[in-house]
Amino acid sequence: MDGISLLTITVLAVFVGFEVVSKVSSTLHTPLMSGANAIHGIILVGAIIVAGQAGDPWVLAIALLAVVLATANLVGGFVVTDRMLEMFRGRQRPPSKPGTAAGAIEEHRR
Amino acid sequence: MTLINPTWTAILYLAAAACFILALKGLNSPRTARRGNLIGAVGALLAVVTVFVSVKLDNVPWILGAVAVGAGVAAPVARRVQMTQMPQLVALFNGVGGGAAALVALLELSHTEDAWVRLAIVFTLLVGAVSFAGSGVTFAKLQGLMTTRPVTFPGLPVLMALVLLAAVGAGVAVILTGSLVLAMILLVLGLLAGVLLVLPVGGADVPIVISLLNAFTGLAVAASGLVLGNVLLLVAGTLVGASGTILTRAMAAAMGRSVAGIMFGAFKGGSTAGSTAVSERPVRSSSAEDVAVLLGYAQRVIIVPGYGLAVAQGQHTAAELALALESRGIEVDFAIHPVAGRMPGHMNVLLAEANVPYESLKEMSEVNSEFKTADVALVVGANDVVNPAAKTTSGSPIYGMPILEVADARQVVFLKRSMRPGFAGIENELLYEPQTTLLFGDAKDSLTKVLGAVKAL
Repeated sequence: MDGISLLTITVLAVFVGFEVVSKVSSTLHTPLMSGANAIHGIILVGAIIVAGQAGDPWVLAIALLAVVLATANLVGGFVVTDRMLEMFRGRQRPPSKPGTAAGAIEEHRR
Repeated sequence: MTLINPTWTAILYLAAAACFILALKGLNSPRTARRGNLIGAVGALLAVVTVFVSVKLDNVPWILGAVAVGAGVAAPVARRVQMTQMPQLVALFNGVGGGAAALVALLELSHTEDAWVRLAIVFTLLVGAVSFAGSGVTFAKLQGLMTTRPVTFPGLPVLMALVLLAAVGAGVAVILTGSLVLAMILLVLGLLAGVLLVLPVGGADVPIVISLLNAFTGLAVAASGLVLGNVLLLVAGTLVGASGTILTRAMAAAMGRSVAGIMFGAFKGGSTAGSTAVSERPVRSSSAEDVAVLLGYAQRVIIVPGYGLAVAQGQHTAAELALALESRGIEVDFAIHPVAGRMPGHMNVLLAEANVPYESLKEMSEVNSEFKTADVALVVGANDVVNPAAKTTSGSPIYGMPILEVADARQVVFLKRSMRPGFAGIENELLYEPQTTLLFGDAKDSLTKVLGAVKAL
């Protein structure tokens, strides 16, 4: 892809990034940081590409190390964020109405 | 083998990028946050599957093995970690992500002659290494492996400047020559810069640094997207870089601090009235039974939880105390300062873990006007966030930080370990006011005693 297209994509992504977190309450700062942390674990895609093109054993070893680290970032990040958010389900929240989709999901979870 | 053509690859990556945007959007609201996180995970899975079917890959068994190792280590740790230790785990995950980006960039160096691509490689190497080493130091500070006080020494700014200068020199040299040896030197300089960057940051500011390093890793990943010509990495990294920057500023604003002020000499040389000396002035200290009477015959109690509660893991006892008081017909709320605990929002997570209903957790802006109607403000292990010096003493290091107005309550009860000042190292005049009562001891022990005394009323 040519430079100008990449620049366009980057600038638009910057604005989207600014926009999506502009009004978040401080309650969710920690989960949001953790969720964003998980997303940059997508460097795993880059690590896999590099490992898949490695011929030299040393290059492969370093690339595989990158794969391990990136996977830890990605998987661990999403799991720990989910655990934080799981705890926001207060037990005194009014139960969802039976018969609705949300109710069915609630039922399923129990 | 490649099962799909470049057009389909691009479409699938686009879908993954959309998932990430929806994930961040979902994390803005408590109701959609969990689903948002799930959407993000689905996007990541989609992207990883896409790379396997769209690029001709060798060593696939090795790669799958490495993925299994990474996931096999991280998932159980993330599932089992104590909630109070969660900030350092986030720091650790952030660090390894930055490290992975740096390694990817290092390996790509031999594949290119293009100066622009080499520039992106240099950026990824440096920023990834800073993030890796910085997160490591942050982890050590939060885990208690080293002191949480700022570590400074004469010449630190000079050393930092020299390291950065050397890094710029090495970076230019890498762009010109493409030398792998120089790239490794750059990597080491980046690691050194990361350590030097975080060492002088005090314990209270560490959360902001985690957020900043998170944004750094995002930028490193974005640059690695340029290196590999991968649009998904570019978009996802840029999203995290941008949102992380906003988040960092929001956190710093909640503490009345500037990010630059934190990174370059936090609390250094500020006028600190009685910074380390413990004052000899008299305070009114009291027994758990007296505190129980104060609480038990009040009509409205506002609990202000702080760092001390998180460290003592007293959140469950605090929740039980709130329940016990409510069963006596007392209205109980929790007032949450934006930076209570170890990270902004951390206290909400801890209290939610202890099954405190979401509606009882009140944010500062919402609760500050309500202290006037409260009979007792119970401050558990918090100090700086209720220190009136933030409003009255213009020379104070925390001047300008918004505080919880506990002084408006009819009675103020502090559960404190000792008279030692908080992170900011300044005295709290509120402790000497006539309406203030102190109960000394570990937050959890004190809460347990008070809870027992309330039940016995």
